Amino acid sequence: MSSTNYAYLSNYAIYSAMVLFTIAFISHAVEVAFSVRNLEEKTKFDFTRTKRSGKLGTVMIVLAFIFLLVAVLFRGLSAHRVPWGNMYEFSITGALAFTGAYIFALWKYKVRWLGLPVAIAVLLTLGTAITILYRPSAPLVPALKSTWLAIHVSAAIISGGVFLLANCIAATYLILDRYEQNGGRPSWALKLPSLEVLDQLTYRLVAFVFPLWTFAVIAGAIWAESAWGRYWGWDPKETWAFITWVAYAAYLHARVTVGWRGRKAAWLCLFAGSTFLFNYVYVNIWGTGKHTYSGL
Amino acid sequence: MTTNTELDARSSLRWLWRQLTSMRTALILLLLLGVAAIPGSLFPQRTQNPLKVSDFFKSNPGTAKFLDQLHIFDVYSSPWFSSIYILLFISLIGCVLPRSFEHLKGIRAKPSLTPKNLNRMEFHTEISGTNLDTAEAWLRKRHFRIRRDANSISAEKGFMRETGNLMFHLALILILVGVALGSLFGMKGDAIINVGERFINTPTSFDVISFGKLQSEKNLEPFSITATDFKATYELGTGAPSDYKLTVNVANPVGTKEESKIVRVNSPLTFGSTKVYLQANGYSPLVTVRDKSGEVKYQGAVIFLPQDGNLTSTGAIKVPDMQPQVGFIGSFVPTFARNSQRGAFSTYPEVLDPRLLISIWTGDLGLDSGNPQSIYRLDTSKMKRIGLKTLKLHETLNFGDGSITFEGWTPWVNLQIVKDPGKIYALLGSIFAILGLLMSLFTRSRRIWVKENLDKSGVEVAGLAKNSAPGLESEIASLANEMKG
Repeated sequence: MSSTNYAYLSNYAIYSAMVLFTIAFISHAVEVAFSVRNLEEKTKFDFTRTKRSGKLGTVMIVLAFIFLLVAVLFRGLSAHRVPWGNMYEFSITGALAFTGAYIFALWKYKVRWLGLPVAIAVLLTLGTAITILYRPSAPLVPALKSTWLAIHVSAAIISGGVFLLANCIAATYLILDRYEQNGGRPSWALKLPSLEVLDQLTYRLVAFVFPLWTFAVIAGAIWAESAWGRYWGWDPKETWAFITWVAYAAYLHARVTVGWRGRKAAWLCLFAGSTFLFNYVYVNIWGTGKHTYSGL
Repeated sequence: MTTNTELDARSSLRWLWRQLTSMRTALILLLLLGVAAIPGSLFPQRTQNPLKVSDFFKSNPGTAKFLDQLHIFDVYSSPWFSSIYILLFISLIGCVLPRSFEHLKGIRAKPSLTPKNLNRMEFHTEISGTNLDTAEAWLRKRHFRIRRDANSISAEKGFMRETGNLMFHLALILILVGVALGSLFGMKGDAIINVGERFINTPTSFDVISFGKLQSEKNLEPFSITATDFKATYELGTGAPSDYKLTVNVANPVGTKEESKIVRVNSPLTFGSTKVYLQANGYSPLVTVRDKSGEVKYQGAVIFLPQDGNLTSTGAIKVPDMQPQVGFIGSFVPTFARNSQRGAFSTYPEVLDPRLLISIWTGDLGLDSGNPQSIYRLDTSKMKRIGLKTLKLHETLNFGDGSITFEGWTPWVNLQIVKDPGKIYALLGSIFAILGLLMSLFTRSRRIWVKENLDKSGVEVAGLAKNSAPGLESEIASLANEMKG
């Protein structure tokens, strides 16, 4: 197959994944919205009725994951390199990593309720990617031609996916916490896990991925040393990667050592996650520095 | 009286030290460090982009002066940024060193005594008709550290958690030592050389050079580099660069036998702790300037600076040996095109159809005024423009007082030469930091106690997981199963 064919197939796979995510989004929404039978009698709930809908959502997300994987692979094949050369490619790979992190968490911690926010987040990411960030498949500029590209960028993208998943859970924590402060959860949220479980889950994900993020930053430094002549230069991207690192380090310390649990920890986690997003969006698009040469 | 104040001073110092090394302070300092790093990414920094800083000064002089007093343009070497990280590292050392000693002691010591009331602990279970030996065998097989007393066992596992934690923090200190060594004993410089020229690593060969505070100028590696060939490859459609390859002859020390080497963007030359990087490239047009009698007054390659992705490059040619002095403001266009909006511009970065656009100026070049001048710019304040011309290759222009010929071009490369003796420590620190993190975050630290009932009819089992790590419940359940037989 020729390069253009691969590029077309990659795009089709993205569109297909978006359709699947839309179906997943609807199924999860149905599961959340219609699981209560007796609206008057608020103590009796029946979740079995909509379980199927939720399971359909899971199947769709797993399928969509496969399509995304194909899209990323074909994008790489079309350009004869790892598909991490510009923001469009970071976004689709990020969506893949984020979905992968969700499926992993689903398998390990039974978090199907996360399917709804995950489907929304991925749809938004892919939508922006294909409409605004899209660039034709092209070779890399010389500075990017290095094995470190594969190592550094993949570690950063996977970390990003897990960070964002942790952010979804922390946000859920804060929303449910607000409800519980004001007299109890609404009926749709009754089967979501307890606040304590959400808090633990957020911590698990962050603790799991923090070493990987540390590695991504260090791999970046090693690469910078061989490409730019210094391992650390306070380039805006480096600065914000450092800020993210510091914020998550603070989160881990706050939770483990100072004993911050719950609300405070969730806010800190959200803050840390938003520094990552800021780095991705602001520094790539409006920032200056050595990470902005990719033409988005 | 004196002793009292002394005591006061000492106790308040101790109080300060305790405050500084407390976890809460460390956490606040850590967050502060993150926040303090932000302005450096929003405002241009002198170390990265001095041009942008001077632009900022030009467009908002008042604000810029005020911001400069706050070190906003040198955030990462500012006193306030430095004081945050120095305090943080003092706090870190004050926290980590005592803990390391304690941990070393802890490794050698036996686990602590079994608590009196196990039923207050987590996962408390009672099993009848069994004894401590089965429990001990089970725990030993799983590499628990065991304290066996007359009627109880206290076991613990997961020392690697604290070991990794301490290793991580000590490694951070090592990274900081590496950074400090680099900035004290390092050196960094840039030199632009035309292909065909030789560079000798002495301070005078550099266009820009800066030394660490404790690095002597005499300690440069005595190598020489001759650029013999430079090849840039571009994508045909977009003109985006796809490869830069610089071939050099290297001698270390100067004058010894030369060796041919290749430098690319991601593969620098290495001389001990000094590395030579290929950082930028451009074109130097070759020109010959003659006076009225035809005598050559200037001949050579003049470095022009690229202005866009297609390497339209601008520069200045100064000929002080003519009467009156002559200067040219030039623009080198590698692949020529012209339209009404942009004038002359380049459509491709490779030299396919070159032009040299020049404006000719006569008068006083201002070279004797004592003020340093950029070699890329002409100071036209005391000069008069006498002509404009677009030269094709080998074309000559007569401008009355003399002539200029566009003879050809040669590529130039910007070599960045960096010496950083500290980076190996930073790298080692990074590796230990990651190993420590992994050890610490993926080790579960927990205790299990087994205690015989007073009437020896059975045992009680309970445990405690540090940081409520999961898995202890099932571990205790399987121990209980084992003991039930």
